[in-house]
Amino acid sequence: MLLRHTPKEISERSALMINPAKTCQPIGAMYAALGIHGCLPHSHGSQGCCAYHRSTLTRHYKEPISAATSSFTEGASVFGGQANMLQAIENIFSVYEPDIIAVHTTCLSETIGDDLKQIRKKALTEGKIPKGKYMISASTPSYVGSHVTGFSTMVKSMAGLAESTGKKNGKVNIIPGWVEPCDMEEIKRITKMLGVSTILFPDTSGVLNGPLSGEYKMFPDGGTTIEELKATGDAIGTLALGEWCSAVAARELDTQNKVPCKVLDMPFGLKATDRFIDALRIVGGVTVADELSMERGQLVDMISDMHQYLYHKKVALVGDPDQVISMTEFLVTLDMWPTHIVTGTPGKAFEKRIREITEDLPYEVNVKAAGDMFLLHQWIKNDPVDLIIGNTYCKYIARDEDIPFVRWGFPILDRQGHQYFPTVAYKGALRLLEKILGVLLDRRDRDDSEQQFELVM
Amino acid sequence: MSTILKKKRKMVQWDPADVKAQLLAKYPPKVARKRAKQIMINEALENETPEISANVRTTPGIITMRGCTYAGCKGVIMGPTRDIINLVHGPIGCSFYAWLTRRNQTDAGPDGENYMPYAFSTDMQDSDIIFGGEKKLEKAIQEAYDLFHPKSIAVFATCPVGLIGDDIHTVTKRMKEKFGDCNVYAFSCEGYKGVSQSAGHHIANNQVFRHIVGENDEVKPGKYKINLLGEYNIGGDGFEIDRVFKKCGITNIATFSGNSTYDQFASAHTADLNTVMCHRSINYVADMLETKYGIPWIKVNFISAKATSRSLRKIAEYFGDQELIDRVEAVIKEEMPAVEAARQDVLPRTEGKTAMMFVGGSRAHHYQELFSEMGMKTISAGYEFAHRDDYEGRQVLPNLTVDADSRNIEEIEVEADPTRYNPRKSPEELQAMEAAGYKFKDYDGLIPDMGKGTLVIDDLNQYEAEKLVELMKPDIFCAGIKEKYSIQKLGIPMKQLHSYDSGGPYAGFKGAVNFYKEIDRLVNSKVWSYMKAPWQENPQLSATYGWE
Repeated sequence: MLLRHTPKEISERSALMINPAKTCQPIGAMYAALGIHGCLPHSHGSQGCCAYHRSTLTRHYKEPISAATSSFTEGASVFGGQANMLQAIENIFSVYEPDIIAVHTTCLSETIGDDLKQIRKKALTEGKIPKGKYMISASTPSYVGSHVTGFSTMVKSMAGLAESTGKKNGKVNIIPGWVEPCDMEEIKRITKMLGVSTILFPDTSGVLNGPLSGEYKMFPDGGTTIEELKATGDAIGTLALGEWCSAVAARELDTQNKVPCKVLDMPFGLKATDRFIDALRIVGGVTVADELSMERGQLVDMISDMHQYLYHKKVALVGDPDQVISMTEFLVTLDMWPTHIVTGTPGKAFEKRIREITEDLPYEVNVKAAGDMFLLHQWIKNDPVDLIIGNTYCKYIARDEDIPFVRWGFPILDRQGHQYFPTVAYKGALRLLEKILGVLLDRRDRDDSEQQFELVM
Repeated sequence: MSTILKKKRKMVQWDPADVKAQLLAKYPPKVARKRAKQIMINEALENETPEISANVRTTPGIITMRGCTYAGCKGVIMGPTRDIINLVHGPIGCSFYAWLTRRNQTDAGPDGENYMPYAFSTDMQDSDIIFGGEKKLEKAIQEAYDLFHPKSIAVFATCPVGLIGDDIHTVTKRMKEKFGDCNVYAFSCEGYKGVSQSAGHHIANNQVFRHIVGENDEVKPGKYKINLLGEYNIGGDGFEIDRVFKKCGITNIATFSGNSTYDQFASAHTADLNTVMCHRSINYVADMLETKYGIPWIKVNFISAKATSRSLRKIAEYFGDQELIDRVEAVIKEEMPAVEAARQDVLPRTEGKTAMMFVGGSRAHHYQELFSEMGMKTISAGYEFAHRDDYEGRQVLPNLTVDADSRNIEEIEVEADPTRYNPRKSPEELQAMEAAGYKFKDYDGLIPDMGKGTLVIDDLNQYEAEKLVELMKPDIFCAGIKEKYSIQKLGIPMKQLHSYDSGGPYAGFKGAVNFYKEIDRLVNSKVWSYMKAPWQENPQLSATYGWE
């Protein structure tokens, strides 16, 4: 037993977090910034923050993650990090030549009160930001919210580049939230299929799922361009996918640039995808292509074909709020029983939303925002489940409790595919279903007696 | 050796002075001046190595390989200790990132205590930053104690803790007294201290020495008792070294800190010899153990079979017991044929190839011997967080300048323990051994072992790594996870020498065999030949298919 010290009996903890289901803001800001073309993310803090974020993102994507740091020392921590930041700006533009740097703060620079907006002004006055180059910044203290908050805050800063010319460009902004590069690609495929002209930001496709060709591009071909970000201010509207990840940026565009917005759930599973496509159809003024209705039908078909293996199977689910909300709904759609649900990100609205989605179930779900995986494990010990869905860290629980496990979320450090095979929309839901069925049926094949062992399932 | 398999290799010609100039060309003048002192063309002078600038700040904005003091303290040194609850006081990130990511293997042993798969944090919120986090820390320690009843709880400070002035040492002292049966102590390892992980190693080792070493005077059974300092059991290295020790009859009292326990640290002062593997991270602990308890130390290296043999012989020679000397020789004789067979197998495919390595404070040196056994030359190497003595040898120690960043890292003043100081060898015995050529407290550093005209580069960064690969075209590049994929995008295989990717052990005899096979796999993988599609290699339409 790897988690052998975890007792079944649940005791109240008010100060000690064990096995977190979240990490800190800056990594989210770094991931978002990688979705801008030609952007170098920059961590304004001590070296370790940047090293940790780069390492974690590298392990998740198996791709190079370039990001710079202000390399604070004790002196900078006492006297402020302005000198370090100004020096960094100069060095970054001379050595790496990005189009834009996206700076986020850390608990260190936030605690001492560095003001990035003021530092940026100083850099501009001193000519340290070359003509035609940009610097955006996001305040991402690690002691507030979670990695999701950092993502959302950096996306809001991206929206700050929007310009309004007074003439609408007929495009729809889509803010996809913290999804995988392939999910962003899939959203673009669908909007193209529908014939809606869109600007997707951030867009890490082509950045974090790049090819091996013998050439290293520090700034890969993918990413939302600065021109596109500017044009978001002239869009006819914004669809924000995920209240936690994307709503803030969409509302910023609404307030600053009078671009109306609609906040939707992330399009995971049948119903959330239905709502997304329907919304896109209405704002874009288009008819849904038959090919897409076909994809939807295929998903419904597989659900009906395999329903007997899913029916009333109990699931423990852990991840980020937007993803977990849509996944919970999908599980309910499948007639599965989401039983224990945890997000590490704080927010009572999450628990309320989960209770709404699960209100028709014949039992009350265990749900917790700002929870941890230690609690999730204890819940599982008290009320065992048939399936765990979550990031790689769940494998310790899955092994100890001998429960089928589907990796989904961030980070996934031990399996491949999440960069390449989407889980959003109908095709993504088919893949999720394939994965869920795969582990459930593998379990049947492992555990069935020789008499019951089935060829056809 | 078969020569048929030998491929004809294109020689890459480069001039080190030219490479250095090109590495510096793009930097703003101030950065170029600083980096010039950290990039050294090795002149391979006898006993008089040129000076290199090391353990200095990384320039802001330069994409460094380095991490922080917390990473060195919690991640590297304390991370591999299984029965201590490592509680991180700070916002959640620092605890999350150091959670199971370093590939230190652990055997939970008969007592079964193993907290390594857990991450413990106080998850500080903004209210804690504003009003102070001491109360929350105290409560978290109490909750950890109530839940697990561990023998020890270690508390680690992250950046904001030092800035808001939480007195973690007073809190831990109070809790230790309150519990009575649980040793609680803290590490002021805020990430902004020092210039790299190295400061964190120092802070960790100081506290282990101050709070744990010497806590258990019980004499452990066994002969030829040693401690192994600076071995972190990445990929099971420590397990392999322990296997060899056991076979030789050598008793390893404590490993600092791979697969270690609280009790190992507590009993370390009962050993009779300290063997230092990673000079950078721990040589000062060896010094302190000698001053306080009278245990001499020697430098060892278990990376490469030859180095392992040398180190075993050196340990045997120290104890001077014929039984041990014979046993060591018998073990070497028994282990070497398999190693030599594996070496001969890979040699035709690896000989003549070149390597670069930029890791740690030891491995960029230690692994050169393994590569040379495969006929591979190291054309450029350097450390991520080492000091000048790791490059140039310990003779530079008295002349090292202590700058502002180092001055802030505590040095413990140690004196002989009034009751337990026991010189394992008399001054006369030590003198006699030294006169016969035996070397105590000795490390010549990396530079003397590198060839003339090679490049020694401290704190290499992403830009320089890419340039080096482009100009010198090594057959393999070794560094860490952050560097891995930018190098491989260039079509050069990259081996992680911090975490070993998914491999290991690479130490000892079995480790050498694993490494030969792994490097053979990497430098001869077919994947590097697939990078161009047929239409990219021959884009012209030279023929027409007969479909018209």
